Amino acid sequence: MQHQIKRLSGVFAFALVALMANLLSSQVFQVEELRSRPDNTRLILEEYGRERGAIVVDGKFIAKSVATDGTLIYERRYPFGSTYSNATGYYSIVYGTTAIERIYGSVLSGQDDRLAIDRLQQLLSGTEVRGGVVTLTLDHEMQTAAASALGNRAGAVVAIDVETGEILTLVGAPTFDPNRLVANDTNKVQRYYEKLLQNPNKPLLNRPLVQTLPPGSTFKVVVAAAALESGLFTAASEIPGPAKIQLPLSDKKLGNWQNAACESDNTVTLLKALEVSCNTAFAWLGMELGSDAIQAQAEAFGFNQSFDTPLTAATSVFPTGLDAAQTAMSAIGQFDVRATALQMAMVNAAILNDGKLMQPQLVRDIRTADLQILEKSEPRLIRQAISNSTAAALKEMMRSVVVNGTASSLDLPGIWVGGKTGTAETGTDALPHAWMSAIMEANGRKIAIAVVVENGGGALEVSGNQIAGPIAAKVIAAAIQ
Amino acid sequence: MKNFIVNRARNVELGLIAISFLIAGYAHWLVQIATKQVYEISPIWLVVIGTGALALHLVVRFLAPAADPYLLPMALLLNLLGLVMIHRLDAADLIRSDEPTQVSLEAPNQLTWFFVGIAAVSVGLMIVRDHRLIQRFTFTAMLIGFVLLLLPLVPGLGATINGARLWVRVAGYSFQPAEFAKIALAIFFAAYLARTRLSIQSIKTRFFGIGIPRVQDLGPIVIAWLVSILVLVSQRDLGTSLLFFGLFVGLLYVATGQRTWLAIGAIMFSAGALIAYSLFSHVRLRATVWLDPFSYANAEGYQLLQALYGFASGGILGQGWGEGFTWLVPYANSDFILAAFGEELGYAGMAGLVLIYAILVQRGLRIAMSARDDFGSLLSIGLSLVLALQLFVVFGGVTRLIPLTGLTAPFLAAGGSSLISNWIMIGLLIRISHTTNLLNRPAGEV
Repeated sequence: MQHQIKRLSGVFAFALVALMANLLSSQVFQVEELRSRPDNTRLILEEYGRERGAIVVDGKFIAKSVATDGTLIYERRYPFGSTYSNATGYYSIVYGTTAIERIYGSVLSGQDDRLAIDRLQQLLSGTEVRGGVVTLTLDHEMQTAAASALGNRAGAVVAIDVETGEILTLVGAPTFDPNRLVANDTNKVQRYYEKLLQNPNKPLLNRPLVQTLPPGSTFKVVVAAAALESGLFTAASEIPGPAKIQLPLSDKKLGNWQNAACESDNTVTLLKALEVSCNTAFAWLGMELGSDAIQAQAEAFGFNQSFDTPLTAATSVFPTGLDAAQTAMSAIGQFDVRATALQMAMVNAAILNDGKLMQPQLVRDIRTADLQILEKSEPRLIRQAISNSTAAALKEMMRSVVVNGTASSLDLPGIWVGGKTGTAETGTDALPHAWMSAIMEANGRKIAIAVVVENGGGALEVSGNQIAGPIAAKVIAAAIQ
Repeated sequence: MKNFIVNRARNVELGLIAISFLIAGYAHWLVQIATKQVYEISPIWLVVIGTGALALHLVVRFLAPAADPYLLPMALLLNLLGLVMIHRLDAADLIRSDEPTQVSLEAPNQLTWFFVGIAAVSVGLMIVRDHRLIQRFTFTAMLIGFVLLLLPLVPGLGATINGARLWVRVAGYSFQPAEFAKIALAIFFAAYLARTRLSIQSIKTRFFGIGIPRVQDLGPIVIAWLVSILVLVSQRDLGTSLLFFGLFVGLLYVATGQRTWLAIGAIMFSAGALIAYSLFSHVRLRATVWLDPFSYANAEGYQLLQALYGFASGGILGQGWGEGFTWLVPYANSDFILAAFGEELGYAGMAGLVLIYAILVQRGLRIAMSARDDFGSLLSIGLSLVLALQLFVVFGGVTRLIPLTGLTAPFLAAGGSSLISNWIMIGLLIRISHTTNLLNRPAGEV
């Protein structure tokens, strides 16, 4: 029987090898295939069972995971409610993820390759796998001030640190409370989401980054920049500024918001034209410079291209192939010119930063769960949008708009602030959009701001100053605290 | 007394028991961390389990001092790892339940069965001082075996659980008689073949050069085949059927050395399985789900797919004790406990488990090789064969190598009948190895 027993043990060995060889397929070779099957719920559960990393602003958690009572499943919390919703987005078991929660999903969930060493340490020490931390560039005081100043009016506020391109404020309204999209009660979440979808003001839209609107008179600084860059004009150049001008090849006339000439003798300096937001002067200037020159200048500031902050911003548009009348309208930020709040903030930022346009950035660094920095964002120059001297001249002109012109709401005691108002016709019966551009230099900070309140103003240019201006002023006040 | 203390084999056994205890204790500690101590076990229980294991060791030291030192620690390690996993799944149920008081916990039951199992081994070693005595009960064993096997078919007594009629319910307790029938039948087959093997072996007709067994020798195999087919059809369980038929054919081959038996057995079993496939829809369904579980993802294929997803999540190194979603697999603590191990310990852990089983089977075969008597040798092979077949059928089932069956992983899976009967099998091997080693000891040694 010895012989048969040896045979039998050979059969046993073969059977065990067959078992282990067969197991290789599901544990090694077909892992991806099995894990990606739609009926495999483990991936979702894994995500929800792990402590997702926090999103941090100024040392405060603006998104964090907390273990809920009695279960292993973590719930996402956003301690500041809707204040940071445009940056964080949401992390919903029903609707997936958006914004930073989506783009930095692999870091926050701990699956990113950059966290491989951290994961290994957690594995060896037997502790739970925890996700990485994402720090944003936002300024808590400014963000909070902007959100409360804008309130529930449809609009957006963006502020940028001009030297680094760091986005300090990213506010849109109306928006949503991400806490109500991540709750475990699926029915409640669905009801809330349906309500958001039905709201005509589109609370789910990331307004500061993707809502493009006619910039109105705030676009005049771009035309002024083109004029100064051409070498043909200075702030003191005299240009026509009548009450109305005839648009070429058109039966239409373009008038000033004041319904009067910008200066009694029908000519006006470029400085004065910006101070009082003289439409006829800029329409003339636009036609004099030509649409190509304005387009080139607009594109130098970032128009006609999109940016990843890393949240992707919509492309702001300066149209091509314009005739003279369209050029005149475009020069005052109407016709088909469209800009996001981010784009207008970038124009202002380049002016304040000696003409250097910096890449707008929303993420400062990513860290391990133990807050060791893994990767840090570095300031990145996109291009020199305007020369040093043009930038210096425009700065003074924008300062003059605050001191002597339409942006009086930004005249704050003891702070150097420049600005430019805008009231953009919507082309419909709806009220125009109220804009305010602002640049400030104080306490060692150089900040550019753009505020827009959609359909917020009356027909007059003063609406930018009266409606958008105070919001910008509050953000500035928060910046110097 | 000197032999009681200075006994190399027993000291090896004690050392391995300690190591088994440390491994399982470490696993338990990891589970406690992972499940955040929602369901803590008093350290007293660790002492109680340790005392139980030590007591069994002392019983062996007294009653079977020359026994193989690896059997007890390996079975103990599997049993303890199974307990940790069952406890871990209890914790998962508690965590997810809205009414924790309503959750039925399996670990305390399993712990009870563990003590019953080692008590059965102790009592058995006390009563059976020499395995050769068992040979007297050849036909008693046969009778007990067949009765136990067919008991679930008795109306009013048998119970169908999860589609298989493998259970008997008496006075509120249910048990699987087939788990004990396998021991009785292993004893019967071994004893019967030890007696008749030479006559079966010597007389054979040759037909085109192939040895053909005599018709009267075919009798027992035909009976065994009929019983296994009956089990397959009536109890709806391929695993149990395969276990008995495989046990008989395997022993027949070892006893006679005629490979023809293997071929005849394979053909008969395949024919039976094919007939069952064509006649019975539940057998067909099992096979269909096995071939394409993905088409039945939310129905009959759900359990198998959840197991495969668990294996995939486990990968090579596993999710770690308590870190997987093992509770997604229905019956994760019994039929599918291997899937739970695969998910949390990975391919590496599965290889480890297979290795422990391989050691047990290999020790059984080693005892068979050195046994002085045919009965002892054949019984050792039979018990090893039962262990190996169970592992192969359940392992192959949950990994989709073969269709699913109702067998469970020996020592690991929750279930009293299976655990107790497997411990009794270890007890028998301990007894045979002790007798054998005593007989094989060089003269003059005490």
